[in-house]
Amino acid sequence: MESLSNKKKVLEVKPLNFMERAYLPAIVSGLATTMKHFFKKPVTISYPEEKREFSENFRGMHSLKRDENGKERCTACGLCALSCPAEAITMTAAERQPGEENLYREEKYAAVYEINMLRCIFCGLCEEACPKEAIYLDGDIVPADYLRKDFIYGKDKLVEAPLNQ
Amino acid sequence: MGSTADILIKIGLILIIFVISLVMAMYSTYAERKVAAFFQDRIGPNRAGPWGLLQPLADGGKLFLKEEIIPTNATPFLFIVGPSLAILTACIGSAVIPWGQKMTIGSHVVDLQVTDINVGVLYIFGVVSLGVYGVMIGGWASNNKYSLLGAIRAASQNISYEISMGLSIIALLMLTGTLSLREIAEQQHSWHWNIIRQPLGFILFIVCAFAETNRTPFDLPECETELVGGYHTEYSSMKMGFYLFAEYINMFISSAVMATLYWGSYNYPGMDWMNNLLGPTWGPLFGFAVLFFKILVFIFFFMWVRWTIPRFRYDQLMDLGWKILIPLAIANIVLTGIGSTLLTHFGY
Repeated sequence: MESLSNKKKVLEVKPLNFMERAYLPAIVSGLATTMKHFFKKPVTISYPEEKREFSENFRGMHSLKRDENGKERCTACGLCALSCPAEAITMTAAERQPGEENLYREEKYAAVYEINMLRCIFCGLCEEACPKEAIYLDGDIVPADYLRKDFIYGKDKLVEAPLNQ
Repeated sequence: MGSTADILIKIGLILIIFVISLVMAMYSTYAERKVAAFFQDRIGPNRAGPWGLLQPLADGGKLFLKEEIIPTNATPFLFIVGPSLAILTACIGSAVIPWGQKMTIGSHVVDLQVTDINVGVLYIFGVVSLGVYGVMIGGWASNNKYSLLGAIRAASQNISYEISMGLSIIALLMLTGTLSLREIAEQQHSWHWNIIRQPLGFILFIVCAFAETNRTPFDLPECETELVGGYHTEYSSMKMGFYLFAEYINMFISSAVMATLYWGSYNYPGMDWMNNLLGPTWGPLFGFAVLFFKILVFIFFFMWVRWTIPRFRYDQLMDLGWKILIPLAIANIVLTGIGSTLLTHFGY
């Protein structure tokens, strides 16, 4: 058939010539190739000490944001949990009591907010679903751990640090 | 010989060589991983100790702590004899290698060779041929088809390549006229290395050495892609470690043999001047360092080849052994014979 792309190359299978059959010349050229690599700089990044530079839209560990006054933005509407394809997010809502206005922005807040990092696929749909801009996947890589239960991250690990007064 | 001091010195020498062989084997595993990493643009083990230098100890500790498994259907006695034989034959090869010139310490003259038997080359060959028994017995006693196939491969490969190895040595022996490794080493004084007179013989010998030590590209007995783990499929714990150790000690010894037979042993250009300068104690020690450097270069070469070329197909292996190496070795003998006769005829 005629090639449309004009990129078709017909390869002929030629019998090996003497130099190729003698092994040694081919082996010597192979040794030269590997020796070139011997002196190359290794591409390894020694992970915990050095970190690879991430792209701007890298999706890592989640963080629950605070607003400019240091109040938690999350209102426990549950849209993130609903949008989550891996069903990794769960929460319990509670009503804001008088005197807690400096802690929570809306009258309703998440008393418990848990993400199972073993279920999470870091797709970012929770981020897109959130109407309050409360959750972002802007953190680091989720660290390794020994027990499954330790991968269920609560508010202690997720909520941003409070503003410095 | 005979006095207590001489015997003590001999025992000390044996112990030192034994320890050096084991340490070399240990650090060859480390070096292998490091070299492999460098060839593949990686860093290699670097967590245990500075630059990962304690890695071999960690590996050894792990192997010792692993569960010892002897399969139900295996022959227990032979199953244990296999690795023991492998490491035993690997270690006793070092007995006839001259590690340096005669050294004077105080009033004692120390021979840096455990024993100078007049059939040193033959002894090396005998030990090398015994080496395959460890693999064969271990593979056979495992009662596992993959182990057995690996063992059979090892046996037939070693037999095939021993022939051309022996033939390549014969050409060398025609020139040296002696089987004693000490005398062969002494003949290569200064720069008169045998590689100059036997380049083809050396190439044949090194190819066969790769095959005898079961190193890539001739590592078909432990070919993972076809045979799971080859002859040591059923082995675990330190018995497995012994097989791996034996491979590295074999590599060390065959590097030493190659350096001794072809690359001038402990001789180097300008050694007389150096010996005068350093005296009768440090001069031979420097020669030992030179020999050791040559050995390290060979070990590096073994690794370099391993991380460069893929393994042969089994029929290619047999073709290379029987149809190329053996005729070449015989041609080498004939050429050496003609050459040395003509040279003597014309009075060189």
